[in-house]
Amino acid sequence: MRRVSITGVGLTQVSEHWERSLTDLFVEAAAKAIDDAGGEDPEAIYVSSSGAPFIQRQLNLGAMVADALGMAGTPALTVEAGAAGGAIALQEGVRAVASGLYDCVLVGGVEKASDASPEEIAGFLSMPEDQEYTAYTGITNFGLNALIYRQYLERFGVRQEEIAMLAVRCHEHAEGCPHAMYPFKLSLERILSSPFEADPIHVLECSGIGDGAAAVVIQPSRGEGGEVEVAAYSTSTDRVHLTERPDITTFEAVKRASDRALRMAGISRRDVDLVELHDETTITGIISLEDMGFAERGKGTSLLAGEGIEAPQINTFGGLKARGNPVGATGLYQVVEVTMQLRGEAGRCQVDGAEIGLAESLGGLGSTCAITILRRS
Amino acid sequence: MSVPRYWREIKYRYRLIGERCIRCGSLYYPRRAICPRCGSRELEEYQLRDRGRVISWTVIRNPPKDYEKFAPYVVALVELDDGVRILTQLVDIEPEEVKAGMRVEATFRRIREDGTSGIIEYGYKFRPRIESEKK
Repeated sequence: MRRVSITGVGLTQVSEHWERSLTDLFVEAAAKAIDDAGGEDPEAIYVSSSGAPFIQRQLNLGAMVADALGMAGTPALTVEAGAAGGAIALQEGVRAVASGLYDCVLVGGVEKASDASPEEIAGFLSMPEDQEYTAYTGITNFGLNALIYRQYLERFGVRQEEIAMLAVRCHEHAEGCPHAMYPFKLSLERILSSPFEADPIHVLECSGIGDGAAAVVIQPSRGEGGEVEVAAYSTSTDRVHLTERPDITTFEAVKRASDRALRMAGISRRDVDLVELHDETTITGIISLEDMGFAERGKGTSLLAGEGIEAPQINTFGGLKARGNPVGATGLYQVVEVTMQLRGEAGRCQVDGAEIGLAESLGGLGSTCAITILRRS
Repeated sequence: MSVPRYWREIKYRYRLIGERCIRCGSLYYPRRAICPRCGSRELEEYQLRDRGRVISWTVIRNPPKDYEKFAPYVVALVELDDGVRILTQLVDIEPEEVKAGMRVEATFRRIREDGTSGIIEYGYKFRPRIESEKK
């Protein structure tokens, strides 16, 4: 397999883009990525969207976006894996270039959630779960997070204030980020006094669902140094029903995918400068940090207090919480953001001297996990 | 909701029928064709216990479509007396009265309605165990 690099990136602000369609958003991000890579036409296009078939009733998105880009004729396909779709699409694009099949691939994710009502969005977000025995009960995605949250608080004796600090940190990092949905600070008091979304989770502990598109161009590494190489990529799955997991306060798929990715990259956890977490709620972000091995079980919140000297920077543009969560595009936002950090183009969100960044993406509540590690060569 | 899609789950939802692996004895709900523990493809129907205790729970404040009229409602992770875990709404109780470990039992209830002319779906919900039945 060849070494491959991210040679172009593009994204739109995560927002409620009332005046713009699914393809409008995709074209903006994709055109930026293609221009950023030097303008070469991609030989294949991989698209991720979770909501398009349900919210817009749009299938065959590959051909739709290829045509919209003026590239009818180019092979194109859609990848879906819940909110991990963007990360999985990226990994498929990486494999296609690494294997020698293509020399230039475009991977993009797009979501247009604002076309649906709040009740439709609540239903949409639980679509990655089993419809017949999980969604059937009327539980929402945030409700499933809440079952885990309550168990975690009880088991580890951690206070909710400590977990909610993740949301505070995310908003601090998003402040001044031009593509963030909520680029402002929020106090712990404000977060914990917001109404319950699904007890004990407060509304302001949940990721902000928004519209957006992000895209990257993948090409073989030139070996000249200074490139953003894809150092590792790994995916794992887990039992879909929470009821069948022996311990709901841990995500086995995150453990497996991160262990494998770190081995593939040949690095240790302390080499990782920054992590973009899948913090669909605060608790999911905290447990992810533990399952990736950056903190011990039950001690994930210690990283927020700055206790771990070796700890990586977390959600440097605000994460799903503050940058926003355009579901099927979220995994690609993370990859674009890590690339911006490694290039030193992150503006006021820049992590000094960042060389290695990791992105964690979940589809369903831990039933799919995709880990991607990028490294500046 | 199509009629066959609802109909094919009726037995499992109305009567709490799960699956038991003939080779290793593992119990499953919902049903499975292959045992993930031992790989066996020989499983048989199994009647779940209809009583158990609450492991964790939440209150759904912003429900999906077709569940609006029940909100706010409690959804709990319940461990049945045979060790099988099930996700279910808890009814006949106020959200603030739910406690970890509380005893609950299955009850047959309306789940949702598909508009004014579609199927009315029924199935299990759980409620606090009624004391008089202890005898």
